[in-house]
Amino acid sequence: MSGFIHHSGAGAPLDQANIDTDQIIPKQFLTGVTRSGYGKHLFHDWRYLDLHEQEPNPDFVLNAPQHKGASVLVTRENFGCGSSREHAPWSLADFGFRVIIATSFADIFYGNCINNQLLPVALPSNKMDMLFAAIAHDPSVKIDIDLPSQTVKFADNLVSFEIAAHHKNNLLKGLDAIGQTLEFDPQISNYESKRPAWI
Amino acid sequence: MALTLIDKVWQAHVVEQLGEDTLLYIDRHLIHEVTSPQAFAGLDDAGRKVRRPDLTFGTMDHSISTRSLALDACGPLNKLQLQTLAINCEKHGIELYPVGHKNQGIVHVIGPQQGLIQPGMTVVCGDSHTATHGAFGALAFGIGTSQVEHVLATQTLKQSKAKSMKVEVKGKLPVGVTAKDIILAIIGRIGHAGATGHVIEYCGQAIQDLSMEERMTICNMSIEAGAKAGMIAPDQKTYDYLKGREFAPTGENWTAAVEYWQTLFTDAGAQYDSSVELDAADIAPQITWGTNPGQVVAVNQDIPSPESFSDAIERESAIKALKYMGLSAGQKWEDVEVSHVFIGSCTNSRIEDLRAAAKIAAKGSVKKGVTAIIVPGSVAVKQQAEQESLDKIFIQAGFEWRLPGCSMCLGMNDDILQPGDRCASTSNRNFEGRQGRGARTHLVSPEMAVAAAITGKFTDVRSLGEQI
Repeated sequence: MSGFIHHSGAGAPLDQANIDTDQIIPKQFLTGVTRSGYGKHLFHDWRYLDLHEQEPNPDFVLNAPQHKGASVLVTRENFGCGSSREHAPWSLADFGFRVIIATSFADIFYGNCINNQLLPVALPSNKMDMLFAAIAHDPSVKIDIDLPSQTVKFADNLVSFEIAAHHKNNLLKGLDAIGQTLEFDPQISNYESKRPAWI
Repeated sequence: MALTLIDKVWQAHVVEQLGEDTLLYIDRHLIHEVTSPQAFAGLDDAGRKVRRPDLTFGTMDHSISTRSLALDACGPLNKLQLQTLAINCEKHGIELYPVGHKNQGIVHVIGPQQGLIQPGMTVVCGDSHTATHGAFGALAFGIGTSQVEHVLATQTLKQSKAKSMKVEVKGKLPVGVTAKDIILAIIGRIGHAGATGHVIEYCGQAIQDLSMEERMTICNMSIEAGAKAGMIAPDQKTYDYLKGREFAPTGENWTAAVEYWQTLFTDAGAQYDSSVELDAADIAPQITWGTNPGQVVAVNQDIPSPESFSDAIERESAIKALKYMGLSAGQKWEDVEVSHVFIGSCTNSRIEDLRAAAKIAAKGSVKKGVTAIIVPGSVAVKQQAEQESLDKIFIQAGFEWRLPGCSMCLGMNDDILQPGDRCASTSNRNFEGRQGRGARTHLVSPEMAVAAAITGKFTDVRSLGEQI
């Protein structure tokens, strides 16, 4: 997997808190056995007026012409709460998002994003307000996200964000997490040799 | 140094410290059809094997019919997913409980039921309700499919240690109030994201007084408060529950295990990152009114007004939720009619849940126009209920008695609601569209669900005698 270093793109503003994984990708689309093809079902209930995905909901932000091609999802608190389904980041990435900027994220979803080279950026509430305002002012405003320097640039603003060093490293290098762990095979075997018999 | 229960279980599983990350050993890995196929595919693509098939157990639960044992009963995609699980388990030597097997059932029901989950273990599953198993003093949490693949290949996970939160429920629980009401009240107090980044330890007299199955109901919904996991220190009830179960230790191993389990408690003076206290006496039967589990009130409270929330985000969420739910501020629960009742899910589908539900169901019958289904959590629960003739009570009262599975909790099968349907549900999530697009879910205890089925509207189960 290639690494994530920098991304520049327009933002889609989804100004709502507590967006759960059932909204991101409803259960009827979890019957697949592959990791691909989920983008067309992203936000299904909000995005389409019908069950067969033929009638786009004109009031939903991702359907707005000015946000077509946006690659940065901008949203609010507790994004991705709910289930552990990795179909959520798969559908966001497949749709074309590379970065999600939110006030905060649910834990499992955050980890799932990292494992899929989808960068989750948490910014303080007041900075999120500025970002929403900038997109409202100019829907095509370029949002620059730089992982090495941990910064987000938009309009005349430069905002830094926190990310754990190991998450950052994994994203930057696009590492094979399993391959990395397998280098500790002797340590794992050693641990296993000491597990109690009853376990 | 004084340690918390969480610290002790964590420290016992450190394979290697990697900077701020820990390589943590996993004792039990539970898998099901929905979140595992891509993990096995990844493993196969890389030419890797399952390191410990003996610590991995599979079941079919999410995508299966509750009316038929046929794998294709819910369509070809569900069938393919179920077959893929069977093929993967066969190929990698993993024990699988397929539809029709005596051990089959909801993953979080069968693990404890078979004695697979024991105190002090680390348990993972590609399902956020894995926290259920924390009822045994295990550190149990949900993972994504990439992590499922990682555990299959290495039997470990890289983790940063979560913060700890103590949730103490003091005193005795009033009559007619259940474990479900405790956990809903806790989520209502700390909020839908209140425990994000934390592992919760539940303690206090009201928690100690609970049975193992009730403790599972509590830990199950830890994720609904945003927590990574929830734990309860093991005690005599835990050992008594485990003794004699299929995978529980025996003989000398049992003695050694209990000796270790008895060390699994939070030391006096150990520090938590945060603490919350509730008094059990203040808890009444709970009903969610909104579209996240934190939007909950007691049955004797009115549906809240958005203006009652001082926080702007909560106020905004309340406006949106009331609109979706078709409710108005100040409305009384006794004026809210239900069209459906669902009793089941990894939260409330165990034998004690069904016994409690049957006790209420025996008092009346399902109101005309209400569809009420009972979905036992496992084949064993179903058989036990049938031995006790609970099925007859339910059927006589007008409930449908189904085959075990996740069913209408998430509706990956054909147990789904239509737009505008209103359901009293014993499951764990009331998100928009969770049980069907446009459908309205109210989370309640099994007793409250049966009371709603009988009266056709939300009813305080404690006053049901006067109502029918």
